[in-house]
Amino acid sequence: MTENIVRPLPLNPDPLLNVEITTELVAQHGLLPEEYETILKILGRVPNLTELGIFSVMWSEHCAYKNTRKLLRLFPTEKKDKDAIGQVLVKAGEENAGVIDVGEGWGVAFKIESHNHPSAIEPFEGAATGVGGIVRDIFTMGARPVLLTNSLRFGSLESAQVKRLFRGVVSGISHYGNCLGIPNMGGDVYFDDCYEGNPLVNALCAGILKHEEIQRGAATGVGNPVYYVGPGTGRDGLGGASFASRELTEESAADRPAVQKGDPFMEKLLLEACLEMMAIPGLVVGIQDMGAAGLTCSTCETASRGNSGIEIDLDLVPQRETGMNSYEIMLSESQERMLVIVQKGREREIEEVFEKWDLHAAHVGEVKNGDRMVVKHKGVVVADLPAKSLTDEAPIYDQPASEPAHVTAARDWRVDSIPELSPDSVESSLLKLLAHPTIASKRWVWQQYDHMVMSGCTVEPGSDAGVVHLSIAGIDKRLAISNDCNNRFCYLDPYKGAQIAFAECMRNLACSGAKALAVTDNLNFANPNKPEAYFMLKECVKGLADACTFFDVPVVGGNVSLYNEHGEGAIDPTPVISMVGLIEKAERVTRSFVEQSGQSIILLGGLPNELGGSYFLQTKYGKKEGTCPEVDFSEEKKIQDFLIHSIDSGLVEAAHDLAEGGLLVAVSEMLFEKPNLGIDLSVDSLGNSNRLDALLFGESQGRVLISVSDDKLDELLVLAGEKSLPAIVLGSINESGRLKFSLSGNEILDSNVAQLHRIWSDAIPRKMNQN
Amino acid sequence: MKVAILQFPGSNCDWDAEHAVKDVLGINAARIWHKSSLPSETEAIIVPGGFSFGDYLRCGAIARFSPIMKDVKSFAEKGGQILGICNGFQILCEAGLLPGALIRNDCLEFRCVNQKVKVVDSNDRFNPAKLGSELVIPIAHGEGNYRLKSAELDKLESNNQVLLRYDDNPNGSINDIAGIRNEQGNVYGMMPHPERAVESYHPSTDGISILKSFLEPVLNPSSVELSAS
Repeated sequence: MTENIVRPLPLNPDPLLNVEITTELVAQHGLLPEEYETILKILGRVPNLTELGIFSVMWSEHCAYKNTRKLLRLFPTEKKDKDAIGQVLVKAGEENAGVIDVGEGWGVAFKIESHNHPSAIEPFEGAATGVGGIVRDIFTMGARPVLLTNSLRFGSLESAQVKRLFRGVVSGISHYGNCLGIPNMGGDVYFDDCYEGNPLVNALCAGILKHEEIQRGAATGVGNPVYYVGPGTGRDGLGGASFASRELTEESAADRPAVQKGDPFMEKLLLEACLEMMAIPGLVVGIQDMGAAGLTCSTCETASRGNSGIEIDLDLVPQRETGMNSYEIMLSESQERMLVIVQKGREREIEEVFEKWDLHAAHVGEVKNGDRMVVKHKGVVVADLPAKSLTDEAPIYDQPASEPAHVTAARDWRVDSIPELSPDSVESSLLKLLAHPTIASKRWVWQQYDHMVMSGCTVEPGSDAGVVHLSIAGIDKRLAISNDCNNRFCYLDPYKGAQIAFAECMRNLACSGAKALAVTDNLNFANPNKPEAYFMLKECVKGLADACTFFDVPVVGGNVSLYNEHGEGAIDPTPVISMVGLIEKAERVTRSFVEQSGQSIILLGGLPNELGGSYFLQTKYGKKEGTCPEVDFSEEKKIQDFLIHSIDSGLVEAAHDLAEGGLLVAVSEMLFEKPNLGIDLSVDSLGNSNRLDALLFGESQGRVLISVSDDKLDELLVLAGEKSLPAIVLGSINESGRLKFSLSGNEILDSNVAQLHRIWSDAIPRKMNQN
Repeated sequence: MKVAILQFPGSNCDWDAEHAVKDVLGINAARIWHKSSLPSETEAIIVPGGFSFGDYLRCGAIARFSPIMKDVKSFAEKGGQILGICNGFQILCEAGLLPGALIRNDCLEFRCVNQKVKVVDSNDRFNPAKLGSELVIPIAHGEGNYRLKSAELDKLESNNQVLLRYDDNPNGSINDIAGIRNEQGNVYGMMPHPERAVESYHPSTDGISILKSFLEPVLNPSSVELSAS
């Protein structure tokens, strides 16, 4: 340690910041006493208040992954098969987003990120800025954003408060994404009491770029100028990163200033200006979004990645409020800003681009020798810290874990505890499931999103996966996207639950004709300092990591959101999985809807036989219990490979994954685009559960329904036979408008498809229109 | 360059319009920045959709003051062909090149759906015989509710200036109006997006005939008759 480092800093020009750093002040900044001790050791002196603020945001869970960094190392970050398509070009954690190869010199950057806490307090702005943040992460990589999706979780729609949150979040996403002109392909929405007061808002963006266009977030080249671009800095979103790393309480509403306000118009200008600037050869050295922890995070991360020092002068930072001090400027999370390092001597080129778009491009500093991040304000050094200490030396914790009692109970659960379902209750059970908001049509949501802009929408939201044609890149390829996570299974068995989320997501892509390339995950969990919550987190991560390894689908990035608790309750573990897949040929694009008669519906994977964790138990008995369905990855792989192969061979008209609600719900959904169609389903036996409820409504994994033209039926069945894959012909599509089901020749269901469709499509709008 | 596609800050269907005109119809087109002047070789203008100037104040209210709008107005006065789509329609109304105004959808929400529209027998270029009587064209807007004073509405209707009407009105537009033209027949405006209905993977390819009808004077200059009302 040199003498230069331990010399105390001069007084801050704002007297309010010249306070003694007390234990209380440290605690208010969310830092533990031992973390503060480490800071003292790193600095060799007491930090001033600005520096303490910088450490508090950089060492928050949101930025430093203190509680999860060890676990995240379990994820495979590249493909084992080096010949497969989808090789990882930029790995998880290296940059703002991961990038994978999609062939012919093109890459896809994609990532998911949460904005749960801000959305709980201020749903419209919280969700809107969530979209803004993830889009910046993508174009920072040099990619043109081509699609958005969201995973949303809310409490019960019976509550007026939940309706307010739901409406606010959806309109916030709609407002921001539509204005940017990036197609929003929907995503998934679940409703469960565990999210009451703590909704989840996870936003994903994917973008396309040429390999050589990949940008890095590193400050290199001593003397290179550092630019601040975008609108001015205000006091909004002060300390948002540390806010997101706490539990929500009644007092959280008082945190409203920690929620940022978004301006999608500014972001659109920033997006276009940045892409225009990055298209100028050799101009940009490094670029980093000012997201969580704003100017602080972008300066120390770029310096740290570039193994450089960096110096900035806050007097040069564009400001939209007067009298801001160094603490406020460094910690502000004002939106739509970027830090850009350009080649020395080419300053005019960046300035001209931003002048065209009427945005600031302020030369605020430069890349320095050494390793310090130095911040000046009004001629005084207000912070002087080793950049790497902020990014790499944050404490890492391994928390104690213990299995919650309900997980043990779920394992020992017996299906006998549930009364047998009488055949005359089949229809009412089906109606209840179709009306549950998790299962019901989400059109109310996605018709508020512009999913057609950029002219690429090939399969609109509502099918198993959204598909976007990459016409904007001038290439004849399609990206398929799916998000999944059934929290109920993760609650009952975190390890298997996470694997089910993974398998279902991949299966959804396969149903659309796409092969999964890579994963981005959003780990939404409760307070990791509680052993039972940490157990759930750890098991989910393990389950997910094992799934990624088995299927050779690496994780290329993601986000962790902890402390999702409100009042007495914690959310169920919710590791949201998103996968990107590729469809090379137009004729392979497959939807989940049957379009005409003359086709048969075939069930792949065998009759469902498990009831645990099902939505049937919820809607019929109000129970979230039972043993999580079995996961058999070899069988799963066999089915998905078969599905993709038969789609490739032109044998499949429509494909739909069996998920929430089970067999009858899935068959109904396949008919819902043309409710004048009907089907007589018939099965010879109850299957090996010997229970009607498990057969019709159980959520056993690895099941897919496909629709096959009658003239191709034999070919498909022979193919399935060769692969020894269970394929059961359930019935053929007719034009009766009736959904019938008979068991061993006895008819036990005869429903009007149009009526089922009405219940399914009206469920959410009806609730949203009730006050 | 034949078709100029205007690009305002916040335009976001400019690329889509260029793609439809250039790649699908095979007609020369370029995007022209709002601070530039209109290239002299311009034969038609498309004012594309999006959120020009973030929809601040009112949709299209700021864009009408952009430098290029002076050229657009004199181009219109000379009988030049102009098509405003979605936000472009809103801009042309704000600029006084088309009558009326577009206000918030009556459902108070943004709507993005595949919309059925009926083609109105407006003139030689735009009629059901040429385009088909019913088309499916995507809409995507929050402010598509067309409004006009009743005296002007009567005039609009009696002049056959309505081009398209919604089937199952999604936004509360008066007389189900989805698209109109000016009296002279050289300025078109519509909320539906014809540029989003041109590819095999789109919900329909009905947009092609709309764009062709609009570009008829550029495609086939000899057969043009201005204003057939």
